[in-house]
Amino acid sequence: MKRTGVALSIYALAAYLFLHLPLLILSIFSFNQSRFTVWEGFSLRWYAAALHDSQLTEAASNSLIIAIFATAAATIIGTLAAYGLWKRSSPALSGSLYLSLVTPEIVTGISLLAFYQWIFRFLRVQLGMHTVILAHVSFSIAFVVIVVLARLRSMDRQLEEAALDLGANEWQAFRHVTLPVIRPGVVAAALLAFTVSFDDYVITSLVAGVNSETLPMVIYAIARRGANPVLNAISAMIVIGFGALILISERLRAR
Amino acid sequence: MNRLRAWFLAPSWAVMLLLFLAPLAIICAYSFETRGAYGGISLPWTTESYQRLADPIYLAILWRSFWIAGLATLLCLLFGFPLALFISRSAERKNLYLSLVILPFWTSFLVRTYAWMFLLRDTGLINTLLQKLGLIHDPLPLLYNDGAVVLGLVYSYLPFVVLPLYATIERLDPNLLEAAADLGARPLATLTRVVLPLTAPGIRAGAILTFIPCLGAYLTPDLLGGGKSVMIGNLIQNQFTSARDWPFGSAISLALMAIVMALLMLFARRDPEGLV
Amino acid sequence: MSSPQCVLELRDVSKHFSTHRAVDSVSLGIERGEFFSLLGPSGCGKTTTLRLIAGFEEPTSGEIRLNGASIQHLKPYQRNVSTVFQNYALFPHLSVRENVEFGLRRRSENHIGKRVAEVLDLVQLAGKESRLPSEISGGERQRVALARSLVLAPDVLLLDEPLSALDPNLRKQVRAELKNIQRQVGITFLFVTHDQEEALSMSDRLGVMHAGQLQQTGTPEEIYLRPRTRFVASFLGALNWIGDIGVRPEATRISKQPPGAEAPSHPATVAQSTFLGNCVHVEASLVTGQTVVAEVSRLGDNFVAGEQVFIWWQPADELRFE
Repeated sequence: MKRTGVALSIYALAAYLFLHLPLLILSIFSFNQSRFTVWEGFSLRWYAAALHDSQLTEAASNSLIIAIFATAAATIIGTLAAYGLWKRSSPALSGSLYLSLVTPEIVTGISLLAFYQWIFRFLRVQLGMHTVILAHVSFSIAFVVIVVLARLRSMDRQLEEAALDLGANEWQAFRHVTLPVIRPGVVAAALLAFTVSFDDYVITSLVAGVNSETLPMVIYAIARRGANPVLNAISAMIVIGFGALILISERLRAR
Repeated sequence: MNRLRAWFLAPSWAVMLLLFLAPLAIICAYSFETRGAYGGISLPWTTESYQRLADPIYLAILWRSFWIAGLATLLCLLFGFPLALFISRSAERKNLYLSLVILPFWTSFLVRTYAWMFLLRDTGLINTLLQKLGLIHDPLPLLYNDGAVVLGLVYSYLPFVVLPLYATIERLDPNLLEAAADLGARPLATLTRVVLPLTAPGIRAGAILTFIPCLGAYLTPDLLGGGKSVMIGNLIQNQFTSARDWPFGSAISLALMAIVMALLMLFARRDPEGLV
Repeated sequence: MSSPQCVLELRDVSKHFSTHRAVDSVSLGIERGEFFSLLGPSGCGKTTTLRLIAGFEEPTSGEIRLNGASIQHLKPYQRNVSTVFQNYALFPHLSVRENVEFGLRRRSENHIGKRVAEVLDLVQLAGKESRLPSEISGGERQRVALARSLVLAPDVLLLDEPLSALDPNLRKQVRAELKNIQRQVGITFLFVTHDQEEALSMSDRLGVMHAGQLQQTGTPEEIYLRPRTRFVASFLGALNWIGDIGVRPEATRISKQPPGAEAPSHPATVAQSTFLGNCVHVEASLVTGQTVVAEVSRLGDNFVAGEQVFIWWQPADELRFE
């Protein structure tokens, strides 16, 4: 038993290295002076280059705007839906949400593209930030519902009855009791929605217009072209940015 | 109470109907139409797109996708099981070890895929290192092949396997393992006769959670497989961009959806996410 | 039953869940200011009755009247009754004070601060106002739940087994405190419990429920001494059955000599004698094979196994049922 334990620990160490080493190495090399994969000394030149590239900064700001709007909408809509489903299940709605979760991204993307093109026959609008935001709201609702519903299910149902009993109407019971109790779950759901929105490439690239290029779209284009140390710097910034978000969410949850 | 609930569900119903179900209905309709002269959609109604799916070229791509997704899933289970076992056995650091598995899932999928391009490229870290050490002369073709695709998929979806496996192993009664050992079972026998059968639900959940996204993968084969490793996802994307054959692209999409739903009905418990 | 001083009245109230009759035509009148207990085993319908009165469930049929007006179709927040839940259901994100203020704020009442201070004083929680429910003891939580409802001055306070979550030592002490508070505030208490000792010791009147039906209502003495059904008799305390006659152990006499002409006696053999501290339980077998238990003073005669004795009782202590 002891020997298996040691072997298992060594294995786990290797597995964790496999999971974390690629991003760690990438981040280290983002500080490399050289353009090539040979360490020549510490430098911030690739960060400077990334921050001075107007295409990159514009794409990053697009991504941020899209993610903020999509997150706000998906969190509100998804939280309300989770609450409604917690009150009484609706197999039709949860079935659709579940289906939206398991549908391959490429299928979601092309069906939205086809849908938008069809709508545009009747409306004088074009692909742009708005179409991307709507697409992101659509695919992130299911994530929000799952996270918030899990939190609701761990809540004592009698808390709401107690609120009604003390004179709160249904809305006040939700507003003053349920919502504050599930707040950590709502925050976690919002962060998840933000990351899936900020990170999405497949669906976004299909429904984005000429003026709505996002950061993942630029990253993809650079990656397809081949070696570019600027991309290492962007990657490191994204990894650290997302890491900070998780830390914040953990702090909020611990409170 | 019911009126309030209806208002709570209304916005998500609106989004689902308008931005998910209606688009699916549209590609469903497109799949039965004909490709227009300039790549658009036109009548007459036909099942030609579905008949084309039986073409050996496309069947080969379907087979390839199954094969790659299946291999990635198998490797995920193989690598994920001991990791889940390790986490469930580590007493007080459980949460730390678990978050270390989930953490990469919270960082950008695109960046994680790019990290492997950085490592595997001809001028990437691994080849450069091996050349410096004098072990090889010419760079090894590590990137742009099926192996790189499988590697990328395993890397991306390993957390999907570890979490459900951990959850079921955690629910196992530790006394069972001791009882098995008491009854003279050697570690391997304990594993195959006791642990594996009892963790079957977790294995099944992990397998389905991994296989489905792998089967529909687009980004990983596109970036790590280059042009060479085409899977269903890439074929669909191609029909909507360069090939401009929307009816056929729609038909493949629906076929993929049908496969995914059949798999879910066959293997998934009714409520894998606690959603339904 | 429908006397004018009834604050709460149930008229033929039933609640069916699909085929199960949780509450089966219960009629009941509760007088203003009384401490009334609903007693019964788990699953007898007492909690459902409470939930019907609070408004969390709607009755299948029948009428619930509060101060003479029908309330069965009103929402919980439209009824001037309040519930102390079994697990207290304190709002975990609110402090003790905010929990107690909750109902007053919903009604936008005046003098909230003063009224909260008074009620916290009453339940001896002054000084713990800013603690969270997770930071206080179980007994204190129970008192917050009580204060939160009392501060609203409900017509009837509904208490759903409020002592069952406390440890046994605390329970007896809290019983007296609760009864004391009820006397001070003069609010009608409807107390649900499965513990007959609790019901007997605290109530002015009580009702015994079984399988959805209200079997008997009355004062603790009436219910204990004059139970109307076999169920009520055996649920309220141990009972010896001699033929069709029931006799409580403490009314069962045992002696080494026949009692004489006072009462008919039955010869028996002592099977076992158990010392219980405050009394002794003597188990004896009648010639018919039936076993009876007599509770006797430890200051009286000693009985040993195998001894020939006589079992008898006062005719007034006999319990007879149809």
